[in-house]
Amino acid sequence: MLAVPKVRFRDAQIEMAHGAGGKASRRLVEGLFVPLLGEASGEPSAGPLGDAAHVRMNGTRLAITTDSFVVKPLRFPGGSIGELAVNGTVNDLAVSGARAETLVVTYILEAGLPTEVLEQEVRAMAAAARRAGVVIAGGDTKVVEHGKADRMYIGSCGIGRFIEGVEVSPQSVRPGDRIILSGPIGDHGITILLARGELDFEAEICSDTRPVLPLVEAMAAVAAPGIRWMRDPTRGGVATSLNELALDCGLGICLAEEQIPIHDSVRGACELLGLEPMHIANEGQFLAVVAPEFADAALAALRAAPGGQAAAMIGEVRAQPAGTVLVSTLYGGTRVIDMLVGDPLPRIC
Amino acid sequence: MRFVDEFREPELIAKATQEIRRLTDSERLYRLMEVCGGHTHAIYRFGLKDLLPPNIELIHGPGCPVCVLPMGRIDDGLSMTDDREVIFTAFGDMMRVPGTHGSPLEYKARGADVRIVYSPADALKLAQANPDRHVMFFAIGFETTAPSTALTLTRARALGIRNFSVFCNHVTIIPAIRAILDSPDMRLDAFIGPGHVSTVIGCRPYEWIARHENKPIVVSGFEPLDMLESIVMLLRQLRDGRAEVENQYKRVVPWEGNRAALKAMAEVFQLRPYFEWRGMGFISQSALRLRDSYADFDAEQRFRIPGIRVTDPKAAQCGEVLKGVLKPAQCKLFGNECTPENPVGALMVSSEGSCAAYYNYEHRKAALTGLTALTMPAQAI
Repeated sequence: MLAVPKVRFRDAQIEMAHGAGGKASRRLVEGLFVPLLGEASGEPSAGPLGDAAHVRMNGTRLAITTDSFVVKPLRFPGGSIGELAVNGTVNDLAVSGARAETLVVTYILEAGLPTEVLEQEVRAMAAAARRAGVVIAGGDTKVVEHGKADRMYIGSCGIGRFIEGVEVSPQSVRPGDRIILSGPIGDHGITILLARGELDFEAEICSDTRPVLPLVEAMAAVAAPGIRWMRDPTRGGVATSLNELALDCGLGICLAEEQIPIHDSVRGACELLGLEPMHIANEGQFLAVVAPEFADAALAALRAAPGGQAAAMIGEVRAQPAGTVLVSTLYGGTRVIDMLVGDPLPRIC
Repeated sequence: MRFVDEFREPELIAKATQEIRRLTDSERLYRLMEVCGGHTHAIYRFGLKDLLPPNIELIHGPGCPVCVLPMGRIDDGLSMTDDREVIFTAFGDMMRVPGTHGSPLEYKARGADVRIVYSPADALKLAQANPDRHVMFFAIGFETTAPSTALTLTRARALGIRNFSVFCNHVTIIPAIRAILDSPDMRLDAFIGPGHVSTVIGCRPYEWIARHENKPIVVSGFEPLDMLESIVMLLRQLRDGRAEVENQYKRVVPWEGNRAALKAMAEVFQLRPYFEWRGMGFISQSALRLRDSYADFDAEQRFRIPGIRVTDPKAAQCGEVLKGVLKPAQCKLFGNECTPENPVGALMVSSEGSCAAYYNYEHRKAALTGLTALTMPAQAI
């Protein structure tokens, strides 16, 4: 007999928070999508909440992922929506332990969008695909009435093959494992916030958008059997990704705040606006949980790879506090840091 | 980073905590109230409680403007969005605060034109850029933000702008402190005085607390070292049996306050005879309204405001938590019906509210014992 799927999502309408990558997003996915769609997942070990699904075709295991991009403004210091669409999809596969091979993309365009803008983004995608070593093999285009979309959106689906010897899942995480972060946090989110031009201050910050696969491969080359879990901390930031890990593995994540790399400009912006840097989005970083005996080698390999110089060991996994992320400050205080709730909103008063 | 890192220097912090330990008498309990929500947030964010002896109790005061705003005022403000010509503007702090039929963000999701601004001046710019719309600024805050509202209004009048108004919810800090002290179940030893408010009002308005209530008060900055130093100053006063107003935040707070800001406020605002505070009830002369000479910019006069009054759910014990009689987690609703995602009571709505701060940073930690801070070996980069 088929079990009746139980929909637990009770919010009356969809809010911006449901798309912000934090608590509300997780509630929507777990409460509505998983009960109704989760049945079909072929490989239960991957689970529907990872960055990519695992499928088996003619005996070959493949990773498949989809992502969509609605960033505003379309172009910002350090990147653009087209570049983001390629890197974001490739990165979801990379942190699932897979090398992206093929993407298919969807464009949703608002009538009235200048062709020049579209061409610029398609060129950006082509360049990003070349850089990431991935083929864009197909696509679809839809145009909606003027005013029914914000210039252009891009959807992207990617398929990749698993990197030899890398098996990641939250269930394999053990107390004592180390947490490694590939580089400084918050650059992308703060860049976008400032690029919207609503704030009367400027800072020299660029989005960190880039493919992280070369860094993952550098780490895997020396530490593949020790890599337990990876995630690219996009919306919701490092805090949200690590809280998801804490819940999924039932262990505690303990971080040393002063080890978390962050540019002064991002820190300053966060201080001024009352934002928590660990809740700010990244587009070119990843978190890895690595077995202690592999951790030093993994970190050294990351730091030796181009773009990995600022990688750092930021904490470790402990049995307690279970399901929680605990941050220690340099001077001995501790605090619990939760997932992002809603969108990060600046505090003024 | 300058002006931040020097106030988070581990060695100096260790010195301050040692001094605090030296000054505390283990036989007695110290009940210190931090008046300002910014301090509450800082205490949790920096984990300062871990650094203090257990007999120093920090009680979170009424200085969170979002928390003390009654739900009826939010409903009143949002009712203006029924007129689709209106652009509703407010600080990010306000956006998730629930009214009876939803928060400003939920109204936005349903189609109202709700926008976040970073200052009232931005709202005025929006009015200039949209001459065929009416821009309403939902003003909140203590004396910290009131001067910027006042200056924006004088500017709007000088520019002859017609499509801009302010829904004024500015409150003043002194009557709130007085109400706390007048409360019969209140037993406080001393106050950590609000830093940002004092940049405007200065230190003089607190003198009655020292003189007539015999309680020490130290106006404090917001970095960990600021707050620890303020606690040291309070403990010294208590040890010596002194009750004085002292200024720890001298690098920002002038003793006499900011005359230009006070003048702008006096030009634009007058005291309301009374105003309702969430969790505390009506407090006389505790809030500001626009003077009649600014009536053209007063949303309360330009729009038909329903004047909604909503009582907080009986089970929510916000008043007791505000006065320090209960700890956040001792409220029946805490963490069950009332969470930052779905706040029922006032103190859960803003990250500066004591319940939200406690929930976000502390409550799961409180359930655990024997936690040790993580120290990582230094890594060369």
